[in-house]
Amino acid sequence: MAGTPDHRRSATRGEGAVATDTSLPPSAIDETVREAEEKKWTPGKVALWAAIALLGGVAWFMLAIIRGETVNAIWFVFASVCTYLIGYRFYSKVIERYITRPDDRRATPAEYKADGKDYVRTDRNVLFGHHFAAIAGAGPLVGPVLAAQMGYLPGTIWIIIGVVLAGAVQDYLVMFFSMRRGGRSLGQMAREELGVIGGTAALVATLLIMVIIVAILALVVVNALAESPWGVFSVGMTIPIALFMGVYLRFLRPGKVMEVSLIGFVLLMAAIIGGGMVAQTQWGVDIFTLDRVTIAWGLIVYGFIAAILPVWLLLAPRDYLSTFMKIGVIVMLALAIIVVRPEITVPAFSEFASRENGPVFPGALFPFLFVTIACGALSGFHALISSGTTPKLVEKERQTRFIGYGGMLMESFVAIMALLAAISIDRGLYFAMNSPAALTGGTVETAATWVNSLGLSGVNLSPNLLSETAANVGEESIVSRTGGAPTLAVGLAHIMQQFIGGTAMMAFWYHFAIMFEALFILTAVDAGTRVARFMLQDSIGNFVPKFKEASWRPGAWLCTAVMVGAWGAVLLMGVTDPLGGINTLFPLFGIANQLLAAIALAVCLAIVAKQGTFKYLWIVALPLAFAAVVTITASYQKIFSPTPAVGYFANNAAFSKALADGKTEFGTAKSVAAMEAVVRNTAIQGWLSVIFVVLSIIVIATALLATVNAFRSRAHGTAVKDNEDPARPSRVFAPAGLIPTPAERELMAEWDKVPAELRFERAGHH
Amino acid sequence: MSTGLAAVTRGFRGFARYLGGVLGADAYTKYLEHHQASGHNTPPLSEREFWRDRTDRQDSNPQGRCC
Repeated sequence: MAGTPDHRRSATRGEGAVATDTSLPPSAIDETVREAEEKKWTPGKVALWAAIALLGGVAWFMLAIIRGETVNAIWFVFASVCTYLIGYRFYSKVIERYITRPDDRRATPAEYKADGKDYVRTDRNVLFGHHFAAIAGAGPLVGPVLAAQMGYLPGTIWIIIGVVLAGAVQDYLVMFFSMRRGGRSLGQMAREELGVIGGTAALVATLLIMVIIVAILALVVVNALAESPWGVFSVGMTIPIALFMGVYLRFLRPGKVMEVSLIGFVLLMAAIIGGGMVAQTQWGVDIFTLDRVTIAWGLIVYGFIAAILPVWLLLAPRDYLSTFMKIGVIVMLALAIIVVRPEITVPAFSEFASRENGPVFPGALFPFLFVTIACGALSGFHALISSGTTPKLVEKERQTRFIGYGGMLMESFVAIMALLAAISIDRGLYFAMNSPAALTGGTVETAATWVNSLGLSGVNLSPNLLSETAANVGEESIVSRTGGAPTLAVGLAHIMQQFIGGTAMMAFWYHFAIMFEALFILTAVDAGTRVARFMLQDSIGNFVPKFKEASWRPGAWLCTAVMVGAWGAVLLMGVTDPLGGINTLFPLFGIANQLLAAIALAVCLAIVAKQGTFKYLWIVALPLAFAAVVTITASYQKIFSPTPAVGYFANNAAFSKALADGKTEFGTAKSVAAMEAVVRNTAIQGWLSVIFVVLSIIVIATALLATVNAFRSRAHGTAVKDNEDPARPSRVFAPAGLIPTPAERELMAEWDKVPAELRFERAGHH
Repeated sequence: MSTGLAAVTRGFRGFARYLGGVLGADAYTKYLEHHQASGHNTPPLSEREFWRDRTDRQDSNPQGRCC
């Protein structure tokens, strides 16, 4: 992504060396005033933070220690929000004070590179929403649902503690360092900080990881839409709706974004309601009931076309719709949970927490719970958004804490709400929905018998509940609807119908949820394919320069085809997998995502070390070590575990042996073709795991090397070169957080008095 | 009563403006502000031209969307 590297060095570098314009009010709050304000603990402030700590403590006590027969959902809200507030107020301040050390006297790229297009100073609250909409998607809605297999507590702890100590730290640091480097991308920073080997490994790993992530997101959509005429119709309608919006914005009323989004939203609601009607007609069922393989192929063809169509026609308008829905849905879900306050009957630790043969995802709690929930706790993909796009829009350096750290806390809260939706439904129902058809048998009777045979405490599932729930949400069947999205949709429908509309509205809410998840995922698939295509073009361009030209059609189409082919192959593999695609592939998704996080944190580690901040290096080293241990252990088990359910190669060997012995069915595979598919799939998945982990180890090793070198240079007293853009004086001021402090208010009032022409005048601009 | 209504209207307007900001609906206004402030001699792009340019540039400069 763009961001021209600027290697010019300036003699006036360094803190405190930025000469500010004396004709203007100061562009930053005076350091001593700010310190004094922060350190002054008024009785009111003490009481407020004591209350927050107390409420959070009580909530954690209710969740973790009391663990009654039932626990009210509101305790999850209190435990998470209070922990976020404390993490934000105290831990992120430590990071700010000792690691990032923002200086508001320095201009941000949005100021010194201002072009009115890519580099635009953006109000901090607006940018918070913008950044949040870019990082949050279907990921935090899916992972926690699958992780509910282990009970509510492990997932809750990891989502809340993980985000405070790892996920939000990564997002904040990457955003800050990218901002200091003119908005450079993670790949560019990796090359600069880690050298050619580390940089190249990071690039290849990123590319592969994107393929896996897009493929598995697509798999979630396929599983949600299979055999669902209502879902296929309403999600399919988003394409003509987006095309209409694109044409409207391009030719009819350019720039009327809000207007067209509202029109699109109304059409979307009409598509959901219309889908219900269509699904009740015979022709509707005949046309729109599609099996998984057909939908997968449809998605692959769609993915290719969408990625080569101009952005204005499909991607941009759908992005508006998706953002609009994202904010609406999340506000609505939060309100519903607070108003309805469902009672949770799921145990804190389920029977599967101590075993490694869970039907939803295989493997022991450590490490597999920590890779199943990636988005919401620690998501490496965010590093691609936090570098590049958002840093070009930040108004003042100090705001990165609010936008980067705070934005990720918000995503974590979305993950908690998704977890709540998943655990608010009947536990038997949960396992019937999320276990592969090979286990449940696919019918309500077999599924109920199988779930009851698991011996889960308090679970007594009747076939009636399964068929009744399916009828309520307007689906033919809900047995083995794996992937997380249908479960979340049932949970959400269950909560929302108590809030608005009653049982009669359940089908609408279910399809509303499927619709927005599909919308988020399709946007991510499109954008992911495009970004990956450009990365590939750029890489090939190093050998065949012609490929670097973005406008060269054959190159663009070829690279798009390669990327779509790559994720399409993984998608088809998942769809046809006799073991149930989510079950085998989702761990790979989490591992891939967190290896990317490890790569991003490794780059941050090298940067912090080069700054000479060794005393507080642990702030970066802690999440890096955790992510590295979790992902490398998970990869190791996926590669070397002798348990076929966990280890890809063990499974591969078991099936190969069965084939060699002339068996015609083995385990869940009922034919020779299915057995051959398992052998092929496990080999591919196994080798992908090997490649991921090797690349990541290379990146982490080069980062550690860079860190040690930086330490040695400091010890010898030699200066370490940093890659920041030269400091330039800022000529604007804006508060750092959501609510301006008294000192910030005073300074804002001073700036308001400055005549407008003086305020916006920018020296040295062409 | 009317002050209450006015407050609601104001709140709604504020929310709409915020949502518009998040969607990027105010991009052209900000571009004009920038153009004026930086003292270009050339006339600014028209609204239609600006939005065309904006989406066309995204064709060769895609923005990531997360999972």
